[in-house]
Amino acid sequence: MTTVPPPLPYRVADAWDETADTRSIELVPAGEALAPFSPGQFAMIYAFGIGEVPVSASALRGRHGGLVHTVRAVGAVSTALYRLRPGDSVGLGGPYGTGWDLEAAAGHDVLVVAGGIGLAPLRPVVHTVLDRPAEYGRLAVLVGARTPADLVYQDEIESWRGPARVEATVDRPGPGWQGAVGVVTTLLDRLDLRPEGTCALLCGPEVMMRHTARDLLARGLVPHRIQVSLERNMHCATGHCGHCQLGPLLLCRDGPVVGYDRVADLLLVREL
Amino acid sequence: MSADTRVNAVPATASEGLVMGKDGMAALVDVLVRRGFTVIGPTARDGAIVLAELRSADELPYGWGVELEAGRYRLRERSDGAAFANAAGPQSWKSFLHPSRVREWSADRVEGELVLTPDRDAPPRYAFLGVRPCDLRAIAVQDRVLTGGAYRDPGYTGRRSGALLIVVECTEPGATCFCVSMGTGPAAGPGHDLVMTEVVDADGHRFWIRSGSEEGAEILAELPARPAGPETREKARADVTAAADRMGRTMPEADLRELMAGTLDAPRWDDVAGRCLTCGNCTMVCPTCFCTTTEDVTDLTGDHAERWRLWDSCFDLDFSQLHGGPVRASARSRYRQWMTHKLGTWYDQFGSSGCVGCGRCIVWCPVGIDITEEAAALHDWTRSGVTAAEPEEG
Repeated sequence: MTTVPPPLPYRVADAWDETADTRSIELVPAGEALAPFSPGQFAMIYAFGIGEVPVSASALRGRHGGLVHTVRAVGAVSTALYRLRPGDSVGLGGPYGTGWDLEAAAGHDVLVVAGGIGLAPLRPVVHTVLDRPAEYGRLAVLVGARTPADLVYQDEIESWRGPARVEATVDRPGPGWQGAVGVVTTLLDRLDLRPEGTCALLCGPEVMMRHTARDLLARGLVPHRIQVSLERNMHCATGHCGHCQLGPLLLCRDGPVVGYDRVADLLLVREL
Repeated sequence: MSADTRVNAVPATASEGLVMGKDGMAALVDVLVRRGFTVIGPTARDGAIVLAELRSADELPYGWGVELEAGRYRLRERSDGAAFANAAGPQSWKSFLHPSRVREWSADRVEGELVLTPDRDAPPRYAFLGVRPCDLRAIAVQDRVLTGGAYRDPGYTGRRSGALLIVVECTEPGATCFCVSMGTGPAAGPGHDLVMTEVVDADGHRFWIRSGSEEGAEILAELPARPAGPETREKARADVTAAADRMGRTMPEADLRELMAGTLDAPRWDDVAGRCLTCGNCTMVCPTCFCTTTEDVTDLTGDHAERWRLWDSCFDLDFSQLHGGPVRASARSRYRQWMTHKLGTWYDQFGSSGCVGCGRCIVWCPVGIDITEEAAALHDWTRSGVTAAEPEEG
């Protein structure tokens, strides 16, 4: 057991645009460093005087050796983080929460399904699987976004083609879009899925994860081979503030990544 | 709730203890003050029995009782002069151990560097005088929430570790009390430093007092008390046993955790939502409700910021705010969250019930919603033969 510490000072080593409203920042410790993060774990990032928000690591080791986080400007704190420039300081706490259970995925085909910025917590999974191809079966990455301009990590996604099967779809295509149109679940038809040998990792809007899980179960996957990353309001990340409850779960502690077998029923209860 | 978890009879292992009069109570407060404690105890003020710092035992609510009902609290004078013959007031000890507003840390910008400093104000050393058995259990429940997991809340740990707990067993339960149903009283469970039972009869006004810790024994040795005779001990035990039979409320005889998990779609939630004002009073007076929010402030220079933590309530719309809107928008879902958490999912999260049966939420609800009545209605619904509908697809 550890006493809740204040965040540690970190410095922005680099910051760049991902889409019109989304940027990534790479953070390096100004002094003492946090313990290493696992894929799927999150940090509390403190914007000076404004507040803290939970953000999953979108890469565990950036070009400067730091942690990369991807933020979309939606609230006061995330907008402040969006505006950070190299040399700026933030407070960082973590690593918090459960990560993706990649041990359970070992020896299996890995299916990554992401909606919008939901690809961020899954990107370290892709990195891990691509780095250690011998430990996993085939890798497939399915990505959905509202429009082509909302697809994050576009250049990097292109580089995954080859070692991985990559498919993208958008709700509203723009000029020049050659890819699929429609919800991300339609991409499942394009895969040669081996239900008994596949581990699926999902992150995106809850409705998207629910429909994807339903379609995967219909194709023969078992619930405990489906993992989802859930989001709730979090104010502390240490299990003390009570905000991130989903029925019996405290998602900062029991999540954000949980087996679908644990939450399938909970996700069907409206306003839980 | 199985019978073996109930604490409705004085344990046979309780020491024979000492007995003292009101002069002993006066001496107790003096000894505590002399030992450097900030003594907090009940006192009659503003038409209620509140918890406040006591300078002397004269401030205890001698001769004051309370009349409790759903949505109603009234002081009434007692002819017997008893100090502790009154059930839970509007506050609980969480006001001191887990205060409504605390600073957690400060941040300063010093020559471009961010410096983060935890709040290290030394906590006061509290002596809580007059902790009710239900509230003793509530403290244990908050201990598990705030110090029992992977992370320990530093402020709570500091305030709690130095606190001396002096329990007074319950001999006068209120009409809204149900500690017997929750297995928390009216006799004291473990975890106290001293425990007393107040006795008033033809032999006089006296306190049967026993120690529960080394420090409690040291304090007891300083008091003008004498060995307790069998008459006092038997009278005290009989009063506590009688109190167990005079609970104003009871929970339905059911596994409350299962009841909560199995009734998420019960029509009763719409019924209670039609009465609930979502004011959050129940969460403020509840001795175990622990939820907090954070507030970040800066001073005028812009180079000094502070992180404050404030009580929050699951009845507040902002509580479940997630980009775009609250997860729990309806009153139905917010009352259901509070009650199913308190009686059900608390077990999953922290290994016990979150309810200790103090009845405060019933008393201080402005429209008199009664958690025992709501639980009974849900229980009736499960036995009415109406099968639960299939979960809704959202």
